Amino acid sequence: MLYLSIFVLIPLAAVVVKAFAQGPSTFFDAITNSVALNALGVTLGASLVVAAISAVMGTLVAWVLVRDRFPGQRLVNALIDLPFALPTIVAGLTLVALYGPDSPFGLSLAYTRAGVLLALLFVTLPFVVRSVQPVLIDLNPEAEECAASLGASNWTTFRRIVFPSIRQSIVSGAALSFARGVGEFGAIVLLAGKVQIASIVIFADIESDAPQAAASISVVLLLISLIILVLLRVLGNRHAH
Amino acid sequence: MRISTPAKLSLRTVVVGYLAVLLLVPLGLVFYRTFQHGFGVAWGWMTTPAAISALSLTLVIAAIAVPLNTIFGIICAHVLVRGRVRGRAILDALIDLPFVVSPIIVGLALILVYGEGGWFGNWFLAHGIRIIYAPAGMVIATVFVSLPFVVREVAPVLREAGEEQEEAAATLGASWWQTFRRVTMPSIRWGVAYGVVLTSARALGEIGAVLVVSSNVAGSTLTLPLLVYQRDSQIGPEAVSGAYAAATELIVISLAVLLVMTLLGQRREQVR
Repeated sequence: MLYLSIFVLIPLAAVVVKAFAQGPSTFFDAITNSVALNALGVTLGASLVVAAISAVMGTLVAWVLVRDRFPGQRLVNALIDLPFALPTIVAGLTLVALYGPDSPFGLSLAYTRAGVLLALLFVTLPFVVRSVQPVLIDLNPEAEECAASLGASNWTTFRRIVFPSIRQSIVSGAALSFARGVGEFGAIVLLAGKVQIASIVIFADIESDAPQAAASISVVLLLISLIILVLLRVLGNRHAH
Repeated sequence: MRISTPAKLSLRTVVVGYLAVLLLVPLGLVFYRTFQHGFGVAWGWMTTPAAISALSLTLVIAAIAVPLNTIFGIICAHVLVRGRVRGRAILDALIDLPFVVSPIIVGLALILVYGEGGWFGNWFLAHGIRIIYAPAGMVIATVFVSLPFVVREVAPVLREAGEEQEEAAATLGASWWQTFRRVTMPSIRWGVAYGVVLTSARALGEIGAVLVVSSNVAGSTLTLPLLVYQRDSQIGPEAVSGAYAAATELIVISLAVLLVMTLLGQRREQVR
């Protein structure tokens, strides 16, 4: 507990104290000016889109990895964890190399919102896959076959049989993706450019010696993180029962 | 579900294509950019004094942070699973904080506490200990962001292993340390190993938190990820080559980590 306090709790408390050090009105000014509001809006919007795409694609990837058999599958399965193993700054650099000013495909997504979305999709790829996959493995294929033999279409089978059992793990994977998206820095710092993302605005505030403004935006992000943490815990408990 | 072959093939193509565009093509391009002027040039960039010092600092920071978090992780998992202390539920919830807090906020938080004019910063500075803008702060930042991995890998294994064997060992007169070494440790070792790999991956690659608390001086407080960031922000094709060279080093390290992760994962499945 002491270890946790020294490294985690006391520093986070210091952020909250700093944000309100000059009274609540300074705090509200710091988070309601146009730069901060815009940054928070873009960040939350981008994270929502990323969580949604991740949920769909992640479920698809998990399904193919569990129910399909093809050569090279184990390699694909191992690759899923690459974004966890790869330093985020390298992820950012690779995307700059791909879509930056001298892109080999003539695409120029860097310094745009699409570039930021791609970077976030990259770093959040494993969350949904790795949370849905084990549930799919445990899921009995007999129920699916049963539904099919009773004349249910594939879509009906998925919607009525498969989806209800994996819904919770999709949601918790997507929630983790969302949390990661809101706070991500390394992968987008090189290619965000003029797109104002909350973590980059905080960094700029720290660099320009405005810790109160940085702390205020941080408090908003911390609040979002806490809400997601609580949501995940509630989901986890329901799962256990 | 009965899926027709064309549908199956198209799903497969979509998935593999998505992964290729997202993962493989970018990595390949970084390798290409690193080695496009020949191996010698790339090697030159990897062996500049700044690059060598960045690599060694990265490894040193990981070598301090990983053992700390491993020991803490095992103890903490033990408390969470076996402990009867009050506030266990709160501890359980707080452990995950570093997973959801933005690394930039971590850096800011450490400055506010350990930096000049911070809560404890002045005391440390008065005793001649510099934490922020020095390697010590970078270690603390790394410990913060990689803290939950070992706990989260060990706790479920410990829960599954049950208490009976430990109790049996204790009844037979084994000391606390003997029980831990002979009974508990063998049952959780794969969980610990997996947690250590995940911790190392995070510790080696952290940028956001470390960037804020580093003075970003080449040769003293630059890690490999910071070197990539700094070189890429500089103007000129030469500096960018340096960024790609450092990135390639990091990719090689993380591919090794990924390999260990996959092997350990398979080993763990077999043990179950």
